Parts: sequence; structure tokens; C-alpha cells
Amino acid sequence: MPEPLLSTSQLCAWYGDFQALFDLDLMINEGEIVAIIGANGAGKTTLMHSIAGLSINKPHQVIYRGRQIGALRADQVAFEGIALVPEGRQLFASLTVEENLVIGAQTGRKGDWQLPTVYQLFPILQERRTTPATELSGGQQQMVAIGRALMANPDLILLDEISLGLAPVIIKTIYAALPGIVEGGMSAMIVEQDISKALAVSSRFYCLQEGRVALEGQSQTVQRDAISRAYFGVQK
Amino acid sequence: MNNTPLQVSRGSRASVTAMFIGLIILAILIAAPWWAGRADMRLMGELFLYLSLASLWNLMAGYAGLVSVGQQAYVGFGGYVLFALTIFAGVHPAVALLGAGVLAALVAIPVATLVFRLRGAYFAIGTWVVAEVFRLSFAQVSSLGGGSGTSLPTSVIKSMASGRQAREWMSYWMALALAVVVITSVFFFLRSRKGLALSAIRDNELAAASLGINIWRTKFLVYVVTAALTAMVGALIFLQKLRISPDAAFSVNDWTAFVIFIVVIGGIGSLEGPIIGTLVFFALRETLADLGTVYLIALGSVAIVVMLKAPQGLWGIIRARWDLQLFPLGYRVHPPSVKK
Repeated sequence: MPEPLLSTSQLCAWYGDFQALFDLDLMINEGEIVAIIGANGAGKTTLMHSIAGLSINKPHQVIYRGRQIGALRADQVAFEGIALVPEGRQLFASLTVEENLVIGAQTGRKGDWQLPTVYQLFPILQERRTTPATELSGGQQQMVAIGRALMANPDLILLDEISLGLAPVIIKTIYAALPGIVEGGMSAMIVEQDISKALAVSSRFYCLQEGRVALEGQSQTVQRDAISRAYFGVQK
Repeated sequence: MNNTPLQVSRGSRASVTAMFIGLIILAILIAAPWWAGRADMRLMGELFLYLSLASLWNLMAGYAGLVSVGQQAYVGFGGYVLFALTIFAGVHPAVALLGAGVLAALVAIPVATLVFRLRGAYFAIGTWVVAEVFRLSFAQVSSLGGGSGTSLPTSVIKSMASGRQAREWMSYWMALALAVVVITSVFFFLRSRKGLALSAIRDNELAAASLGINIWRTKFLVYVVTAALTAMVGALIFLQKLRISPDAAFSVNDWTAFVIFIVVIGGIGSLEGPIIGTLVFFALRETLADLGTVYLIALGSVAIVVMLKAPQGLWGIIRARWDLQLFPLGYRVHPPSVKK
């Protein structure tokens, strides 16, 4: 079995005295799309932040390409090739669409994703390139957030709740772009509340419940009632 | 790739015009000794020094989000270093000015590591405490006059230039030069890749960090460079005053409160703001200062009205109204005029 691109081992996270993650062990292979599902407060965003370095862990708790990156700061993790599309988009309000994208290339990693390719993926952004980023519609802002992460040419992209608060038709457009993103070999970890959406695009999934993995498996073959039980914590 | 060719430029017609007008005004200001009286030149010299302080504070607070109320620490430090270097080491004042900048940068490094542990309001208070520590420390140095301060010996004053007029001209030009250096370096810093990173940090630290921007290092750099330049301004201020004392050197009113007033009035987070703010501040001061308390009440009222009615300052109003940008910081795109 090949070594995974990224794995966590006994990953824990706390907010003060409150423990949000309990000994999480999960992994993602190269070129794979993995979905993280779970109810509110299950620890999905905390997991994303732990991987991205926004909360600091012990070095061995996150392994990326054989390297211990658990204790690296967020900017160091970014240089390793992990890009986060944060929940709520978190665009730079005083900058234009294009400036937001250009900042994504801060790490200087080389690759196919540059302004022209991002504009090809989301043509609307080229039209709106001089508009202040936060004046766009929610869906377009989400495109900027994804494009900004792509500009870093990451090997692993973390997508946190990219459909949150968007109209179904917009969500469809954004998810339609996903195959084009990963076809170049990029891995993706998707946090999503919409379970059917998440299962449709991913090959494997982890279902979190109160900071623990309640269920994991193949996205295409899993039984719906198994997910419901794991999702809501219903005992049989 | 269906990439229609677009022309991207950073300047606009307004910014090019502004540059030309700016150069003409600069030439006129350089020639001030031949058209302005002694009192006017002193006033303008002081204006340039306040403009420098305001631009630096704006870089820190408006762009790096470091709201310091302790920049008087570096104004006073610069002044004292100038006095110490010229009196004890016999250094030429111009060299001592540079020395003040270098030493302030060195002092700012440990200070930054200390105060950067604090956030928000605690950072502001922390910087103020540091400034008070500086004031009390320099008050202990008896060879620099202790708590009552000291004057610059005539030998040092004479070493600057021969004759009173030449000295006045020289300190005027030095103030003008320093203001130009400060504004151009802030401008080029903000235009650089680091400057874009700085705007990103101000807007959203979480996103900036996860895009590979080292927040701590970027802010640290801004703090240290600002400290160095602020100390050079301070050195020049006290070279003109010829006298220094701890209370004057580390005055929170003179070197921070008025500076914050200028930046807030003019428009925080823009390069043009401090320039407008300085002009408004000096206009108010020159017309109202004789009124004593009423002057301070007027300043306070103006500050409150601007903060309530125009949080982006006077420049914010102008920019919103005419879409002006005198310092071309952002990018502008010109869509192709002819299609097909």
C-alpha cells in the first residue's frame, strides 16, 4: 500500500478546557477526494484548522509526505503545499478580485494554476477582476476563495463548507468545477453539510461525531441508514 | 485560452498629474529659503516633521493594524541619541541623525518581541508603558541633565553650518528631505509584494496566514522600520529645538495624540490621508492656538464629527466622490476599446 499524502495520528484539539477532537486517525492518498461529514460542532472545521496550521498540534500528529507538520504555523504549512479555502470565504475586503487571487501565489509554488487558468475555470471572475472582492455575490466570492487557494498550486486543497449559504444553482456550478481542479492530480479534502453532495464527489468519507470518527468508508457503497446513525449518534 | 488582452496599469491620469504637481510643489518647497520668511520656514519645517510622523503611524496602524500609542518612545529616543552622540562622541549632527535611526531599529527588536505578545487594546497600552519606561530611564541619565534635560552646546550647533541663516535653511531642508524619504519609502513598501501581504493581513489574518504570509514577521518588519524612521524624525525635531528634556521628548500628547488626530481626520489606511490631515491640523492650530482651551475643544469636536460622519476621514470623502487615487497603489484595468 502506498504511503498516504497526509495522515493524522491521534489528533486532538482543545478550545480552552473543551476538547473538540479526540484521537483522530485519518488519511488521504494522492489524487484522492475525501469528504468529511458531520453535524454542527462535530469538529470538521477544527480538523481543517489543525491540518492547515491555524491551530498548533504536536509535530507527529499530522504527517504530510512523511514529514511531521503538526507543529508548523499556517504560513509554513502553506509553503508545504496545503491550501485552505476557509469557511465563510474570508476574502480580503480592501483588495480587488485580482489582487485577492495574486496574493494566493504568495508561496511562489510553480504549477498550472495561474491567473489565466483560474479565469478559465471561473470566467465571471475575469469580468469582475477590478471589483472589490467582497462586493461580489456569495457564489462569486466563493469562486474567488477557491481560485485564491488554487493560485498556490497546492498538492492538497482543503475545502471548508464551500456551499454554505449559497443558492442550489450556484452550488451546482461550483461543484461542477471540482473535477477540473483535481484532474491534475491534486488531492482534496471536502468538509460539507450536504451529505449527498459530499458523497457524490468523493471516493471515501469520514463521518465525525463529537470529535471522533463515527464512521468511515467508500462513498459510493455506503448505506444511507448507516450514515444517519453515525451522523446523529443514534444507537441501534 | 480565451484570454482577451487587457491593459493593466497601476497609474491613472489623476496619479500622473498628481506626480507632476507633486514635483512642482516639491521644487517650490525646496526653494522656500528664497521666498519664505524665517517664521514661515520654521512652521513648514515642523509641518514636514508632523507629516512624517503621521505617515509612519498610518503605516503601522492603518496598514499593519498595530495601533501603538507609544511612538513617542522613538521620537524621544531619537532626540536623546542625537544629543548623546553629538555631545559625547563629537559626531556631526547629520551622522548622529542616521545613528539615531540605526540604534532605534536595534532597540525596537527586543521591544517588538515583547509587545507583540499583546493584542488589540493591550498592545496599545503596552506600547505606552514602554514609552514611559524610556522616559523614566532617560530621566536617570544625569550626564544628559536628568529630569530637567539639557541644551545642545554651541559648538555642536556651530558644527552644523556656519551662520544662523545657513543653519535654519539646513534644518528646513533636512525636514523636507525626511518627509520625502518617509512618504516615498512607505509608498514603495506598500506597492511591493510585502505591501500587498500587509493589506491582506489587515483585512483577514486567518486567510492571510493560510496563504503563506508570515504575519508575525511582516508586522515585525513594519514595527522596526517605523521605529527607525520615527527616531530620525525625533532626532531632527530636537535638533531644531536645541533643547531636550524627558517630558518634552516622550510627550504622549505632542508625538502621539496629535499624530493620531491627523491620521484619523485625514483618513486612516491611505497615503493621502496623513497629508490632508497634517494640513488641516496646522490650519486649525495656526488659527485657534491663541484661544487656549477652546483650541483643544475644537480639535476634539472636529475629531468626533469626522469619526461619526466620515470614518474614512476627509480623504475617504474625496475618494468616494471622485474616485481619485493620487498614489497609484492598486491596479487598474483598461478593457479593450475595440472588440473584433
